[in-house]
Amino acid sequence: MKHWWWKSLAIVLLLVASIAALWVPLSPALVHVSPSRIAPGETTVNITGYNTAFRSGIHAHFVNDGQVFCPQRIDVLDDTHISMVVEVPAGLREHMTDVVVDGLNYPAAFFTEGLGEGTEETGCSTETVTTSHQTGFTFPNRSILYESIRNLHFHVPMWFTMIALMGISVWKSIQVLGNSSLHDDRKAVSAVHVGLLFCALGLTTGSIWARATWGAFWTNDVKLNGAAVTALIYLAYLVLRGSVPDAYKRARLAAIYNIFAFVLLVMFLFVVPRLNAIDSLHPGSGGNSGFSDLDLDDRLRVVFYPAVAGWILLGAWLYELRHRTLRIIELQNA
Amino acid sequence: MRTVEIAHLLKLEAALDLRQRAAWGGMLLYVVSAVYVAFLAVKGGLGTATWNALFWIILLFAAFNALSRSFQREDAGRQLYLYTLVDPRSVILARTLYNAATMVMLSLLSLLCYILFLGSDALREADLLQFLLAVVLGGIGFAAVLTLISAIAARAGSGLGLMAILGFPLVLPMLLAIMRASKLSLDGVAWSVNSTYFLGSALLDVITVTLAWLLYPYLWRD
Repeated sequence: MKHWWWKSLAIVLLLVASIAALWVPLSPALVHVSPSRIAPGETTVNITGYNTAFRSGIHAHFVNDGQVFCPQRIDVLDDTHISMVVEVPAGLREHMTDVVVDGLNYPAAFFTEGLGEGTEETGCSTETVTTSHQTGFTFPNRSILYESIRNLHFHVPMWFTMIALMGISVWKSIQVLGNSSLHDDRKAVSAVHVGLLFCALGLTTGSIWARATWGAFWTNDVKLNGAAVTALIYLAYLVLRGSVPDAYKRARLAAIYNIFAFVLLVMFLFVVPRLNAIDSLHPGSGGNSGFSDLDLDDRLRVVFYPAVAGWILLGAWLYELRHRTLRIIELQNA
Repeated sequence: MRTVEIAHLLKLEAALDLRQRAAWGGMLLYVVSAVYVAFLAVKGGLGTATWNALFWIILLFAAFNALSRSFQREDAGRQLYLYTLVDPRSVILARTLYNAATMVMLSLLSLLCYILFLGSDALREADLLQFLLAVVLGGIGFAAVLTLISAIAARAGSGLGLMAILGFPLVLPMLLAIMRASKLSLDGVAWSVNSTYFLGSALLDVITVTLAWLLYPYLWRD
């Protein structure tokens, strides 16, 4: 029982991180603006917010290529809906127009039809007194992701844990080559079993997330190809083990394949994508912004790092249990 | 591991191949049949992308077929005798070199056969030198990855099935890089664009051969 402390730590970290991941509200944001195009003249603009608390007297303005104009009237319908009447100036430039309500920015809200040379000063202020913001700890609210950003704390740690377990496995395999120990071989295969479990979990959480944000369960993406290749390699590893009856021979062949495969896998996952700018839909690659590029990263990090640590510790715990189970099965069969 | 040993082993491989000419005939017949099935299945025009993809799929399976023999053609007794004479590392290096040479020949013959049946429309705008380099590098790459896999599969006592299962995911990084290089050269891009892929696959070759060299001594012992 001397190693009980890290298991308790795993439970605490996972509980805290998972509860926080599901419970922390998203920060307020504008999620929809209609119509999608504006022409000079009087226009009614409807704005939908998320987690906002719009109150009468809030400030709103429009920004067209650095030129600012304001709505004539703002009707607050409820906490998340406002309707504005705007006299769109004739001199709008050929540029997308941003909407700012109460300090919340909705970039490129309108396709601008007036192709003028610019307007004269409208005397509209851009000074904003934020009143409707939810205060306290929030997750970033980003278009396309919205509430699904919480999945970051579940989906990504699965892959971290899987890589950690496969790392343990390859380390044990190297030891097997040195000492031909069936004990280390059992450890290597236990780590692969648990690693494949986390691979399956990562694929499941990823597929659901992909369906919600990119519109398909599976896409042609370097990271997805990497996940598929990983799964195939370790399933092949298990098939190889199954086809060799002699225990010592099995240990050695499996260890050799494991080391060979792991090095190629590392090349495939971490080197080939960087060799050239292969497009990826994932954040942080292929021209997509990462989760850390805005001013919002620290709020996610506070939950993300404990989640990663918790899942890795849980993986280590499962690995230990799997190893003990396999040992019992072997003793029973002996 | 000495160059003299490797040279002798290469000679031995060549002698064995000359003795079993039917094996080469089998490999070629496999490619011709695969190409002919492709010809019957497509019937007519193929876009450049599909032409390229189909060629590499045929070559991939031809490589599995050809390289699976490399450790299976000799029985355990002769293998043991061989290992009492030479360093196992010489054996794996010689096999890899010989397999690479085999694959280069097989790739070029496959390409010839493929062009004969499926036409050379796709080559019209191609940078031929780059494309041939991609084919040759692809053949060498398959040999580099699959030689050790072939040894593992032979040791496990299973045939082509296990080799395909073990080798397919490992060959993918190489295959993706070389297919991209081949497609780009068919589009006739400049060398500077394509050189990353060529360098990348050459780097993968070096890494896989080094790994095979490191791991093989553990494999041959029983």
